[in-house]
Amino acid sequence: MAIKHFKTAEFDAAVAAAPLAMVDFWADWCGPCKMLSPVIESIGSQYEGKVLVGKVNVDEEPELARRFGVMNIPTVVFLKNGQEFDRKVGVMPPQAFTAVLDANL
Amino acid sequence: MSYDVLVIGGGPAGLSAAINVRARGRQVLVVSNPLEENPLWRAEEVDNYLGLPGRSGAEMLTAMRRHAEQSGAEFLTGKVLSALQMQDAWYVSVGPEMYNARAVVLAAGVARGRKFPGEAELLGRGVSYCATCDGMLYRGRPVAVVGYSDTARQEAEFLQKIGCSVTYFDRPRRCEIQGMDRVTSITCDGRTVPVEGVFILRPTMAPTEIFPGLAVEQGYVTVDRRMATNLPGLFAAGDCTGGPLQVSKAVGEGLIAGQSAAAWAAAQERGARQA
Repeated sequence: MAIKHFKTAEFDAAVAAAPLAMVDFWADWCGPCKMLSPVIESIGSQYEGKVLVGKVNVDEEPELARRFGVMNIPTVVFLKNGQEFDRKVGVMPPQAFTAVLDANL
Repeated sequence: MSYDVLVIGGGPAGLSAAINVRARGRQVLVVSNPLEENPLWRAEEVDNYLGLPGRSGAEMLTAMRRHAEQSGAEFLTGKVLSALQMQDAWYVSVGPEMYNARAVVLAAGVARGRKFPGEAELLGRGVSYCATCDGMLYRGRPVAVVGYSDTARQEAEFLQKIGCSVTYFDRPRRCEIQGMDRVTSITCDGRTVPVEGVFILRPTMAPTEIFPGLAVEQGYVTVDRRMATNLPGLFAAGDCTGGPLQVSKAVGEGLIAGQSAAAWAAAQERGARQA
C-alpha cells in the first residue's frame, strides 16, 4: 500500500523526514477528488520508495487544511523536507504531477 | 457508473448526438442544465429550421428532448466540472459524483463571458467554480456567489445552509476580484463586499477548463469532419465548435459526433475483448 492517509498528529514528522512528498487534500463530497484519486494512487506506486505520497481528508483533518490554506479541493501540495515548494489545484492529468516530481527527484 | 458515451450538453447538438448513439444500440448519458436554461428556450420563433418554420425555441427543445428520452437516452441535471482520460475511459465529475464512458461528446454551447480581473490569479486562493466541492472549507466565513443561472441560486442556498454568510450577485455585468495571495473582496457593478471566497457559477465552463490540452481556435473547439477533437475519444458538436450558431447546424453535427462516438466505443470494446 503506497498511499499514506495522514492524521494531523503524525503529519509534520512524516513530511519533515521525506526528501520529497506529495499530499492530496480531498473529501468525500467532492466529485473531482474521486476522479483524481486513482491518479494519485498510481503515482504512489510508480514512485514507491522515492516519494512520500499521501492524502489528507479535509473533513477529518480541518486543522491541516487550514494551515495549508487549502481553499479548493482537490489540492495537491509538494514538499521538500516538510517545506512546501509547489502546489496544483484541481483535476489534472498524471503528467502534471509527475513533471514536478521528476524535476525535483 | 459506466456508459458507452457521455454527452455534455442537452441542447440540439447534444440531444441529436444522444439519439444517434442510441440508434447504434449503445448506452448514453446526457448531462445538462435544466432545459429552460438553454439559450434557445427564450427564442420566440425559429424560422430557419428546414420544413418546420415558426416554432418557438421552447417547443423545439421540448420535442427534441422527448425524442431523446423515447430513444432510451438517460439524463442527469448538473454541471460537468472536470474530465480526465485514463487508459480505458473518460472519467467525468458532476457535482459530488463521478461517471465514466468510453467516449465523450462535448456539446455544451458557447461559454459566454470572459474571465474577470483577478479570477485566474486567485483560482485556488478563494475563487471556486464548485459550491458542493469547496463550500465546506468556507464554513462560518463571508463568501460571494456570482450567479448566471437559476441553479446558481440553489448553490447559494446550499452555501447558506452549511453556514457561509452569502452575498448573491445576480448576473452582474462586470466584476473584479481583489486580493494578493488570497481573496479579500469583490466588486460587482460598483458594489464592493469584503469576502474570503468567491463562487463563480456560469451556465457552462469553458471547454479548455474541463479538458486541459483541448485544441481551440478563437475560443471554438477544433474538430475534423468526424467531429473528432485533438483528444482521443472526445468529439464535439454544436455552437462550441463555431458558427453559424443555428439549430440545423447543431443537429447535423450532433448526428455525426454521436455516430463517431458510438463507433469509437465499439472499437474500444473490441480492443478490450482482444486484450
